Amino acid sequence: MQTSDHLADQVYFVPITPWSVERVIEQERPDGILLSFGGQTALNCGVALEKKGVFKKYGVKVLGTPVKSIEYTEDRELFVKKLTEINVKTPKGKACTNVDGALSAAKAIGYPIMVRVAYALGGLGSGMCRSDAELKEKASQAFASVSQILVEEYLYGWKEVEYEVVRDAFDNCVTVCNMENFDPMGIHTGESIVVAPSQTLSNSEYHKLREIAIRTIRHLGIVGECNIQYALDPNSEEYRVIEVNARLSRSSALASKATGYPLAFVAAKLALGHALTDVKNSITQVTTACFEPALDYIVVKIPRWDLQKFKHVRREIGSEMKSVGEIMAIGRTFEEALQKALRMLGTGMEGLVCNDIAFENLEKELREPTDERIFAVVEALKRGYSIDKIHNFSRIDNWFLYKLRNIITLEKSLRKLSWIRLNREILLSAKRTGFSDRQIALIFGKSELDVRGLRKKFDVRPYLKQIDTLAAEYPAKTNYLYLTYNAQESDVSSPGQVMVLGGGAYRIGSSVEFDWCCVNAVMTLRKLGYKTTMVNYNPETVSTDYDICDTLIFDEISFEVIRDLWELEKPLGVLLSMGGQIPNNLALPLWKSGVRILGTSPASIDAAEDRHKFSKLLDTLGIDQPAWKELTTIREAKRFAKNVGYPVLVRPSYVLSGAAMSVAYNDETLEAYLHLASKVSKEHPVVVSKFITGAKEIEIDAVASKGELACWAISEHVENAGVHSGDATLVLPPQRLYLETTRRIKTITKAIAASLRITGPFNIQFIAKDNQVKVIECNLRASRSFPFVSKVFRVNFIDVATKAMMGKELPKIEKSAFELDYVGVKAPQFSFSRLKGSDPILSVEMASTGEVACFGDDLHEAFLKAFLSVGYTYPRKSILLSTGVPESKAELLEPCRRLQLRGYRLYASAGTQQYLSQNGVKCAMLHWPLSGEKPNIMDVIRERKVELVINIPKSLDRKELSNDYQIRRAAVDFNVPLITNTQVAKLFLDSILSRREKDLKLKPWHEYR
Amino acid sequence: MVVGKTSGIASLVLKDGTVFSGISFGARTSTAGEVVFNTGMVGYPESLTDPSYAGQILVLTYPLVGNYGVPPHDVENGLLKFFESSKIHIKGLIVADYSREYSHWNAKSSLSEWMAQEGIPGISGIDTRALTKKLRTHGTMLGKIEQPGKTIDFYDPNKENLVAQVSPKEVQIYGTGKTRILLVDTGCKNNIIRSFVSRGAKVIRVPYDYDFTKKAYDGLFIANGPGDPKMCTATIEHLRQALVQEKPVFGICLGNQLLALASGADTYKLKFGHRGQNQPCIEVGTKRCYITSQNHGFAVDTKTLQKGWKEWFVNANDGTNEGIIHSNKPFFSVQFHPEATPGPVDTTWLFDRFLRIVRGGR
Repeated sequence: MQTSDHLADQVYFVPITPWSVERVIEQERPDGILLSFGGQTALNCGVALEKKGVFKKYGVKVLGTPVKSIEYTEDRELFVKKLTEINVKTPKGKACTNVDGALSAAKAIGYPIMVRVAYALGGLGSGMCRSDAELKEKASQAFASVSQILVEEYLYGWKEVEYEVVRDAFDNCVTVCNMENFDPMGIHTGESIVVAPSQTLSNSEYHKLREIAIRTIRHLGIVGECNIQYALDPNSEEYRVIEVNARLSRSSALASKATGYPLAFVAAKLALGHALTDVKNSITQVTTACFEPALDYIVVKIPRWDLQKFKHVRREIGSEMKSVGEIMAIGRTFEEALQKALRMLGTGMEGLVCNDIAFENLEKELREPTDERIFAVVEALKRGYSIDKIHNFSRIDNWFLYKLRNIITLEKSLRKLSWIRLNREILLSAKRTGFSDRQIALIFGKSELDVRGLRKKFDVRPYLKQIDTLAAEYPAKTNYLYLTYNAQESDVSSPGQVMVLGGGAYRIGSSVEFDWCCVNAVMTLRKLGYKTTMVNYNPETVSTDYDICDTLIFDEISFEVIRDLWELEKPLGVLLSMGGQIPNNLALPLWKSGVRILGTSPASIDAAEDRHKFSKLLDTLGIDQPAWKELTTIREAKRFAKNVGYPVLVRPSYVLSGAAMSVAYNDETLEAYLHLASKVSKEHPVVVSKFITGAKEIEIDAVASKGELACWAISEHVENAGVHSGDATLVLPPQRLYLETTRRIKTITKAIAASLRITGPFNIQFIAKDNQVKVIECNLRASRSFPFVSKVFRVNFIDVATKAMMGKELPKIEKSAFELDYVGVKAPQFSFSRLKGSDPILSVEMASTGEVACFGDDLHEAFLKAFLSVGYTYPRKSILLSTGVPESKAELLEPCRRLQLRGYRLYASAGTQQYLSQNGVKCAMLHWPLSGEKPNIMDVIRERKVELVINIPKSLDRKELSNDYQIRRAAVDFNVPLITNTQVAKLFLDSILSRREKDLKLKPWHEYR
Repeated sequence: MVVGKTSGIASLVLKDGTVFSGISFGARTSTAGEVVFNTGMVGYPESLTDPSYAGQILVLTYPLVGNYGVPPHDVENGLLKFFESSKIHIKGLIVADYSREYSHWNAKSSLSEWMAQEGIPGISGIDTRALTKKLRTHGTMLGKIEQPGKTIDFYDPNKENLVAQVSPKEVQIYGTGKTRILLVDTGCKNNIIRSFVSRGAKVIRVPYDYDFTKKAYDGLFIANGPGDPKMCTATIEHLRQALVQEKPVFGICLGNQLLALASGADTYKLKFGHRGQNQPCIEVGTKRCYITSQNHGFAVDTKTLQKGWKEWFVNANDGTNEGIIHSNKPFFSVQFHPEATPGPVDTTWLFDRFLRIVRGGR
């Protein structure tokens, strides 16, 4: 959203690094700069620029919190010193600059100890250590990327509480929201289930910590917004301040959504020098922003993990952040909010109970939390563990455990009832405890619609309540709403005309792109004069800003809830093709139940999603596709694989981000994957198809109206087919496609659009080999790459799509809009460094957690900028190569030769070295990690003697290739850029050979048109 | 909430005929009073024992109540350590989701047990937001909590001298400091006394109608308390005489209204009052804003302030008076509660300021 042109006068798609930001400052000469709005990346960059004297040099004023204050919060030693000055307690600890120092500090404090890393986003490298050995490992990893770590007392089991604080330049200081972690100290707050406001704190504790927050923030001199985290002893009022984040954070986004207090908006005003008292409360538009919201509901946040997507990854959660997104649920009881929240995660859970989940070692699950701990607590309660026993294992406060038990007790009593004895009072009580229709249906062996019917009969329905920041004390002007059964009336009845469904939790495969699509759809709808209702529950999104739409409903996106809202709001129709797969999956059931779906008919959506129907359609249209078969038995699958020849691709239909999608190279792996695939989706069949190697992958993002193509964008992948499209590097317009291929793709797209009578956004993926084009996937919804193609072409595809879906006249698009003098490159951002143990390779399963887009005058420039933006550094001296199969070796030979001529020092594994030297490229041979011989690859990486590691896996099979895995993992752990794909490696090397870093032009977006 | 547990049904009946039904907790008795709402999210043991709530049925807008139980009845310096007076003063409690189980290191009983012991009924399972909106629109209303088969008449506490009911009958002394603060107890919260004593003052706590004009003291303090300030004629009269002496005077809440009345200004009843912990008050003439704890249904009419007096604090939300101060004499008072409990402690500096003046400083 930030890179939309209506948000800023000038937008740059460039890396947030001191080097490039300085160049932008040099070009733009701004008067002021804001450092605290872009998270840790922006903050670190700002601090570096200040140290380099860049702001001084160009006369740029740092607005809001001064850099000095940021340094107080980032340098642990300074932080402790500043807080001690005002008698505020911090954990006992010592800042250390080397491993020996850390060991002696640990000895003084006593194990277990906590290691914290300065300047780290999401607690990277932090963690608990029980022994010298553990500390040694952790510390040496940390020192690879930072110069200072903190060894401190371990406050295991203390309550974790945080406050969001706002302060203006006139010393007005308020705490906007406090939050309490369900999971106590030891688990990063980003990894914890969090409630707002705090639930187990007395007045004395609540206001004591609030007072300390204000005292601390004043003393540190923060202006704007910040977050302060505490550990609070569960047996007294002892506390420690854990940290202060002198910037807006994930917690601030959560606090804003939890309270309705727009923290970023207010912080920006304060940074510009406004007084808090002069800023109005945007909800009431009458009262002042200088107040503390009073909530009359409870908010539950749960992180969304995707750990199962990573091979080898450790599933334990702790002081490092591994989650990729989060959701927030609102209710008027904890039980209601929690059950909603667990469903919102979209991990297949029905709520707290009625789930199919089992634990082998329950006590271990309770003691060493994984992403599934809350279900382990449920299991323990069901097995009759006492509350105190569970508390002793998990340290979760008894209050939360009692509440979980309430849900389990209710489930038990429901199970004792027969369907006919289910009366209004009991049904209402189940709904008030957060049970979904599906959960009740499962308990009674009925269908979801049966339960809905019974609810109708008894008039048991949810009500819409407002979030108004003042607990109903003053009337609210905005419609920020949630649903609750703990009510007897709705606050509002404001029928929105068009209901737009959002994308839910950010997770691998669905992120901010869909937020952009939703917001743009809403903006177009409003321009067209429709009253809009947005439904979404992800606190990190713009689509859940209540001023984006006419009505925001912060609630579940499920059949039950949307059907209820349909009855409550009676809109003209529902728009569900903007939010990705979650809303798209509801198309058919909602349509069947009488809800009007805007745009492409749900029957067509189903025809594209259902592989069987879609394949038949392609056959009818004479469009080629890889050979495939719907699976009924494993024996059949094996026979099919034998017929078409390995490798084959295994996938369930109705998936996003390639859940359980895998390539099998032989019978053995095929069998293993099939078991996994059938576990993921029971309702939809599993498909096995021929996997074509060495092919190019191409996709088209397009909009059609009544089956006619309105606009389209063809992008090519840098990587060959086999890398998930979400992990692929996209190039637009394509630079290496045959004209014939492009024409063929367009013809196919037109035919599909016409036969499915598409009205709205859609995306088709193709593979092309030797001028043959095959369709591999088609989604009749906005895709992940819609924002990218819209921004490259400067044609808003969502605007066009929305108009098409509303039956409005489409904007005329000049043909020249698609003829560009520049290139756009979209590159994936990976988070392997946070996912300890995971194997950082690309495959058919998506693993990236974000993306960037950059522009350039040619492919090399755009590609380099994009890769520098996702954290690669420009290598100047030395590169390590182990280039896998002969084909890869051959492909990389030429660039290696040129690198050598440029004076790069090349290191290579034995095979690669042999190949290179046979072909006249000199390089130093290193031994494989497991050989233990010197000179060893691991030493070179550990000592960071190389600036880039290129390690190409020998095959796409995910079988553990120990040596390769060791190299890749070490590169990630020691923060050395890593490339594992041949095509990417070649393009990267070609790019550095064609462009020096200082030759990269940092032009604003508007110059690319 | 949980099926199978037989919970008693009780209902809240408002004067306009609206009935809310819910589940009974606390004492199974019927009660009547004035229904008011408080938007604070913590501090029910403190609120329930605040004498300013005398005669009122309290609605808590925060839905989850009872989570951390009720602290022990420990006594410190002659006062209950964790409560604001010696008993519950509300007539009844209305909540959305009462938590039967509680968890806190300092809890000795559940909220329900404590209320039952003190004979105070409560109802849970009420749409307190709907109720609050009704009170906000119609203004504070009379209401009653009725248990099945136990009907009761409406009761208007504003027709009674509530201060007389909550004020002590005897003089009590707290602390041993040299500075003598004469505290006129119109329904004083314990933390006001604690705030003086912890700052080294001696508190002479006298009944609301006690004639203190002849008594030796260094500073005069007028406490908070329930009901219409105009009922406290005796206090107002004594105060008027005291103002002639020019010894420092400080008032909180009802004390603010009484000081205004004694100075010749007027007070009026607010539609639904201010009860909560998030009320922003601006110090007049500055950009400084304080977040304050409040509990009042009446306010000073700023327009009627007499010569020499000026508005000191103003409510940033609705512009009502939050404090008055004399231009050249050491008299001042605030409508909010600097002693907090419950609520934010941003304005405890007012105690320091008052004592500084009492001790001869500025």
